Amino acid sequence: MRYFQSLILYVSHGFDEDLNLSSMFVEDREIRERFAALHAPLTAQAAVAEANRCLNCFDAPCMVACPTHIDVPGFIRRIASDNLRGSARKILESNVLAGSCSRVCPVEVLCEGSCVMHRYDRPPIQIAQLQRHAMDFFHRSGEPLMLQPAAEIGLHVACIGSGPASLACAAELRRQGARVTVLERRALPGGLNTYGVADYKLSTAESLLEVELIRGMGVEFRLNTAVESSAQLAALEAEFDYIFLGVGLGAMQRLNIPGEEAHAIQRMHQTSGVLNALELIAAYKTGHITRLGGKIIVVGAGNTAVDAAVAAKRLGADSVTILYRRAETDVTAFDFEFAHARHEGIEFLWRRLPVAIRTSEDDRILLDTLAVRQGDDGLETVPGSELTLHCDTVIPAIGQSSLMEMLREFSGVVMQQGRVTIDPDTGETSNRKFYAGGDCTNGGREVVDAVADGKRAALGILKAHCAAKEAAHA
Amino acid sequence: MPERVMTEPDLRVTNFAGGITSPNPFWLASAPPTNCGEQIMRAFDAGWGGAVWKTIGAPVTNVTSRYSSIDWMGQRMMGFNNIELISDRPIEVNLREITEVKKRYPAHAVIASLMVESTREAWHEIVARSEDAGADGLELNFGCPHGMSERGMGSAVGQVPEYAEMITAWVKEKARTPVLVKLTPNISDIRAVARAARRGGADGLSAINTINSITGIDLDTLIPRPNVDGKSSHGGYCGPAVKPIALNMAQQVMADADSALPLSGIGGIATWADAAEFILLGCGTVQVCTAAMHYGYRIVEEMSDGLSNWMRSKGFRTIEDFRGLSLNRVTEWKHLNLNYKIVAHIDEQKCIGCDLCHIACWDGAHQCIHLDRVSGPMDGHVELHATPASRESESRESITVTPVTRREREAAFGKHAVGHGPYPTPLARIPRVDETECVGCNLCSCVCPVENCITMVEVPTALPPETWEERTRGTACVAEPQIT
Repeated sequence: MRYFQSLILYVSHGFDEDLNLSSMFVEDREIRERFAALHAPLTAQAAVAEANRCLNCFDAPCMVACPTHIDVPGFIRRIASDNLRGSARKILESNVLAGSCSRVCPVEVLCEGSCVMHRYDRPPIQIAQLQRHAMDFFHRSGEPLMLQPAAEIGLHVACIGSGPASLACAAELRRQGARVTVLERRALPGGLNTYGVADYKLSTAESLLEVELIRGMGVEFRLNTAVESSAQLAALEAEFDYIFLGVGLGAMQRLNIPGEEAHAIQRMHQTSGVLNALELIAAYKTGHITRLGGKIIVVGAGNTAVDAAVAAKRLGADSVTILYRRAETDVTAFDFEFAHARHEGIEFLWRRLPVAIRTSEDDRILLDTLAVRQGDDGLETVPGSELTLHCDTVIPAIGQSSLMEMLREFSGVVMQQGRVTIDPDTGETSNRKFYAGGDCTNGGREVVDAVADGKRAALGILKAHCAAKEAAHA
Repeated sequence: MPERVMTEPDLRVTNFAGGITSPNPFWLASAPPTNCGEQIMRAFDAGWGGAVWKTIGAPVTNVTSRYSSIDWMGQRMMGFNNIELISDRPIEVNLREITEVKKRYPAHAVIASLMVESTREAWHEIVARSEDAGADGLELNFGCPHGMSERGMGSAVGQVPEYAEMITAWVKEKARTPVLVKLTPNISDIRAVARAARRGGADGLSAINTINSITGIDLDTLIPRPNVDGKSSHGGYCGPAVKPIALNMAQQVMADADSALPLSGIGGIATWADAAEFILLGCGTVQVCTAAMHYGYRIVEEMSDGLSNWMRSKGFRTIEDFRGLSLNRVTEWKHLNLNYKIVAHIDEQKCIGCDLCHIACWDGAHQCIHLDRVSGPMDGHVELHATPASRESESRESITVTPVTRREREAAFGKHAVGHGPYPTPLARIPRVDETECVGCNLCSCVCPVENCITMVEVPTALPPETWEERTRGTACVAEPQIT
């Protein structure tokens, strides 16, 4: 079994009713120190001053740009008028994971990127920071979610996976009176919010707090519950009226080069070898890796590659190099992520491809690479350009594979290019009992996209449920 | 036309109200900044031209706290309120210091603000003592709206024209220096008291004193501000918020033949521009308090400098060159030209797409600014257009995703992003004015955050000017009551 799947389980399964998530997870102090929040929160006075800068646009572009369409001027106005609870409520109405979104959203290409201030030669309103200010206030208050469930409507839905899409779907369904059960194969709920986001953006504890609030609405969680066989699936189909697939993507894609499998890190506390980016992030976020030394090579130049590279650096690596088969101008990470990597001292090796992994005489890792150039039919390696890199850990970060194997089990759920095909307006799959959203349908976007998907699917399910009820009455 | 080379304008005030001179028109109003000689001398050093001494009278006992303020949009003290009484120092100390100040600053104006009980003897005595001390003029405090009024002084006098006239007359029996009467705005028509002061023989007026106010209530304790051991009392309101009220009252006084006297303008003055406006309505000097309490005496430096530069740019050499120039530009509504038409014009190059003009026009005006440049212009009936609410709900129902790939980001934010027309803002977000429906109310240009983006453009009507009075003259529907 891979290291990734053998992380210590904090609970055997399910929740003890008296136990909340914060007590299930103990933050590692060293990790918290090394991964201190990237941005300091706004002070109360600064928040009001910033809120007062907002022009309160009509049909605001920031609201339109946000996939969950948070009423940005509405919540900012409430901050300006010292109504933080109202502000948090306004935000939560649109986005139940607003706390994590305020920390992880690439706002430069969303709300803040759309702010009219850009055309006014002024810095955009710090929407994410203001949202965080309101959400932090709400979280500190200890109040349960203000979206309390409507009367039971006789609908029971299972959400498979407990990442942002499922959580948003579950919260919306529960709010409108459905019963919801979330099934999670891992020990802790939250999906990538808990296991996959750089800790200096969103800590595991912060993610779990949001899950706990949703659980407080009466959503049932079954942890350590993988759905792997058709028998399990048949049981679920019998138990639930609808099933929402929020399963995300599969494991990080492998480099598929000689020596990769042989050097895979298998045991806890072993750090020399091959450990993919998501495994590394999950391991340090759960306190299983607190130190990393030597020379680290990250393969890939997307946002996850940056997260892993920065993590390696903060965990104590002597040097971290990002190896990318294309040029700097082709980097797929967001500009601000790339800038952050540079700021943290990450080095780059452009236009190179790893071709083999070997063990050196001093028991370290040798990564054989070849230069890559643009050929007539796409990229091609350059003969005679061999370069062997001496290092300690190789971290592949070249994108997640789809969860094909598992999804094939769902009869009648059509997939295309590894993604579940859905009606974008409702999240309905080709099997009317199944709805889906998040990374498994969009191939991997942001938390806020998953929240929007999950919420839309919830509304789709509710609509279908009502239609079915009406049909039954007719 | 201003000359190409012009000497620095002369800010001096000479012979104001029949004999007061000062190096510039900026005086400190009677208030805490003029509490004592030491302060006033520092103020003169900082550049103030004159000071009206904190009101002298039988010493009082004050309470704590005394002030409260209104903050607005993160700015402090947009409006300010006080319940402080007149000077709490002995009369003889104040008078001794007046002598000292005048000895050291003979060119500056030192005005004694006075308030005593309403007897002829008391007023005669304080007038004589103040003038003996060396005051350049007297300001009768008939305006203080709190505390003193309960004792039959301050605005209790200023709200009854007969009292004001009587006391002014008593003072004039004795006074050798110019006598200014400070007017209270807490009256239905400020001209009633201005006329009374004039009848009583006043040489000039000061206006306005503070406005009765309760600035607010602490929503934790439910106690209004300022809090004096669990209770509050109405105070006098001042600061930038009151300037429009003060300007109107200055105009009312100066435009009324029976009221008009040399006027020292007061009310929310914080900058040279504020001062220029009061002078344009006829004021010979201006008095400042709140701004000096907020930032200190040093603000006068910028006020002098700014006024001087503006005068220079306008070709005015002296204060008298522009004093009162705007007075005849204020008239009664019935004399305004009904055939003058302006419409809003939006500069598409400057528009940032906040669409505040659209929602303001739809909800607060006349429904003639539309967001239909992409869907196709549609003039006429409001019912033909999408309502603001339907537009917003359409946005909320739209599906948008994070642009994660370079191509998606380019499409959303790049130079050739979808929806962009020839202007910096996407065409769909640039509002369009239906000029046939636009009533020229100005609201859009008031709400537009971008300078000169929305301007009001005259549309020739080809009609001769006509006022309401002219239009209705000789008709049966004259509704104007005749005041005799």
